Amino acid sequence: MTMQPASTEIASRIAAIVQELKDLEGPLLPILHGIQEEFGHVPHDVLPVIADGLNLSRAEVHGVVTFYHDFRAKPAGRHVLKLCQAEACQSMGSDAVAAKIKQLLGIGFHETTRDGSVTLEPVYCLGLCACSPSAMLDGEVIGRLDDEKIEEIVAEVRS
Amino acid sequence: MIPRIYIPGDSGALALGAEKVAKAVRAELAERGIEAKIVRNGSRGAYFLEPMVEVATEKGRVAYGPVKPSDVKSLFDSGFLTGGHHKRWLGAPDKIPFLAKQTRLTFARCGINDPLSLDAYKSLGGLKGLQNAVAMAPLDIVKQVTESGLRGRGGAGFPTGIKWKTVLDTAGERKYIVCNADEGDSATFADRMIMEGDPFVLIEGMTIAGIATGATKGFVYIRSEYPHAVAVMNKAVEVARKAGVLGVNVLGSPNAFDMEIRVGAGAYVCGEETSLLNSLEGKRGVVRAKPPLPAIQGLFGKPTVINNVISLASVPIIMDKGAAFYKDFGMGRSRGTIPIQIAGNVKFGGLFEAAFGMTLGEIVDDIGGGTATGRPVKAVQVGGPLGAYFPRGLFDTPFDYEEFAKRDGLIGHAGITVFDDTADMLKQARFAMEFCAIESCGKCTPCRIGSTRGVETIDRLAAGIEPEKNLALVTDLCNTMKFGSLCALGGFTPYPVMSSITHFPEDFKPAPARVAAE
Repeated sequence: MTMQPASTEIASRIAAIVQELKDLEGPLLPILHGIQEEFGHVPHDVLPVIADGLNLSRAEVHGVVTFYHDFRAKPAGRHVLKLCQAEACQSMGSDAVAAKIKQLLGIGFHETTRDGSVTLEPVYCLGLCACSPSAMLDGEVIGRLDDEKIEEIVAEVRS
Repeated sequence: MIPRIYIPGDSGALALGAEKVAKAVRAELAERGIEAKIVRNGSRGAYFLEPMVEVATEKGRVAYGPVKPSDVKSLFDSGFLTGGHHKRWLGAPDKIPFLAKQTRLTFARCGINDPLSLDAYKSLGGLKGLQNAVAMAPLDIVKQVTESGLRGRGGAGFPTGIKWKTVLDTAGERKYIVCNADEGDSATFADRMIMEGDPFVLIEGMTIAGIATGATKGFVYIRSEYPHAVAVMNKAVEVARKAGVLGVNVLGSPNAFDMEIRVGAGAYVCGEETSLLNSLEGKRGVVRAKPPLPAIQGLFGKPTVINNVISLASVPIIMDKGAAFYKDFGMGRSRGTIPIQIAGNVKFGGLFEAAFGMTLGEIVDDIGGGTATGRPVKAVQVGGPLGAYFPRGLFDTPFDYEEFAKRDGLIGHAGITVFDDTADMLKQARFAMEFCAIESCGKCTPCRIGSTRGVETIDRLAAGIEPEKNLALVTDLCNTMKFGSLCALGGFTPYPVMSSITHFPEDFKPAPARVAAE
C-alpha cells in the first residue's frame, strides 16, 4: 500500500497531460509521447486514465501502446544506445559492431545492464546511411563507428 | 565585414563530429580574439566531405573538409577565414565535382544557409512559387503540377497532379494535406536533409497543395528516429506563422493554411500511406484496404492529399519556373529530377540530385567511386529494404521508374546501398523476410505469416536441408506475398528475396563442406 500515493501522483500527472493535449486532432500519439518523455516509459497500469480522458476503451489504448516499438512498458537504463542494423549499415559491418558492443556491455538487444546504466536496442535506419555504421546514444547521432568510437561509447555509458 | 563561418547542423554532419568542430572553432575564435559569425547551415549532401566547413570570402564561399576538431587550429594558422590554403581546402563548394555534376532543383538551397532564416530562403528564390500560386485558380495550380510530370517520390510514382485533382474534385467541409516524412527505408535520407536543411521549401510546397485542393490544414508525420528534423520543422513552422506564410491569410491572400508537426513511434509500416493516416488518427498503424482512396476518404474520413516530402518540396520550383521547365529534365515517363542517395559501402556517399536517366553503373562507379573498402562491388540494393538487389550485370539500367520495373526492381525513394564481394546474399534475403516479420502490421496473412515462414525456410536452405524443395517453397511463398499482400511491405519483400536468388544463385547452394560431410 506504500506505493499507493506515488501511483496516484503519476495518475494525476498523466491526467494532466491528457487534459493538455486532448483537443488536438488525433491526440493519442502526442499524449503517449508526452507521457514517455516525462516518465521514461508508459506505465501500463495508467492506461485506463488515458482511456477515460479520450473516451476510448482500455483495449483500444492498450492496442495502440503495444503496436509501436517506441513505447516502453518499463523504464530504460540511464542511457539508451541504439545501433542501426539496416542494410546500409550491414554493408559496412554493423553485425560486427553489434557483436562487439554486446560483448563489451555483456547484454543483448532489448536488454538493460544489471546496474541499470544502459539499454541496448536495434534500430532500423537513422538516415545516416552515407555515414555507416551508425548509432544513436541518448538522441545524439554517431556515424562511421570504429573501434575507437565504440570504446568511447562504452566508456561513456559506464561512467 | 565580420567573417562568416558555416558549420553544418545536419544530423549526418553532427554524426561525423560537426558539433566538436564548432566548439573548437568557437574556442579558437575566443583565443585569438577574432569576431566572427558562425552559421549552422544544413548539409549539401557530400557526406564523404562532412563535416564540411565553409567561409564567406570576398571571392565567394570556400569549403574545407572533412574537418576534424584537431584541424581547426591549423586552419586558422593557414588563414582559412580569407580562403587560405590548407590540406582540407576544397575550393568553391559548387565547383566540387560531386556537387558540380548535379542538377539541383529540389535541393537548390539545401545546405547553403541557415535553414531557419526566412530572409535567406527568400534571397535564394524561396516563396516565388507560393506567390504565383496565391494568384492562381486552384484548377490552374493542379494543371501546372500535372503538366510538370511530377510523380510521387515516396516510391509509388503516382502522378502528383492527378492525386491533387481527385481531392480538388471531392466535396468536403474539411480537407487535409498530409506529408509523409516517415522515411524508414535504409539508404534514404533525402527527406531528412530537406527538413533539416531547407524546411521552408516543404512548408511552401504543402501550402501550395492546400491552396490547390481547398485543404486548410496540414500535418507532417516525421519518424521518431529523426529528432533533429522534428526540431527544425517545429521551429520553421513557428517562423512561417509569424511571417504570415502560414495562417488565415497566406501571404496576405484570402487563402488559409496552417500545419502541425507530428512524430511517429518507431513503426516502419507507418510509411505506408493508409497506415500513416491511422497512426495520425491515434490508432494502431494498421494498413487500410483501398478503395476508398485517401484522396476521397483519408484522414478522419476527409479528402486528403498524402505526398512524400520530396514530392511536396519539388512543387515550389514547378510553380516558380513552370511545368515545362521541370518536365524538360528526365526521360520517358519519369520527368524532372530525383535525389539519388548513394549509401552503404561506397567511397563517395551522399545525396546526388540529377535528372532521371543516369545508369546504375554511372551512379555507383563514376559518382560513388566504387566501394569504401576498395573491394569489388557485388550487389546494389535499390529502393530500400523492399527493393531488389542488382548485380553488376544490370548496371546499364537507367534510373527511371519503368526501366527498373522491367528488370524486376524498383527505384522506390531512390536510395541505393552498395555491397562489396563479402556480402552473403542468402543472409540479405533472410534479413528481408526477418525485417518484414518484425515490421508487419499483422492485418493480412501473406505478410504476417509469410514473412516468418520465409525466415524459417531460408534457414533450412542455409542448413542445406532439402535445398531444391526449399528453394521452390521460397519462390512460391514470394509469389503469394507479392500478389496476396495488402500493401507494399508484404508485397515488395519478395523483391530483395527473389533478386538475391535470381542474380546470386551461388550464395544459395549448399556449402561444399556440408555436402562432403553428408
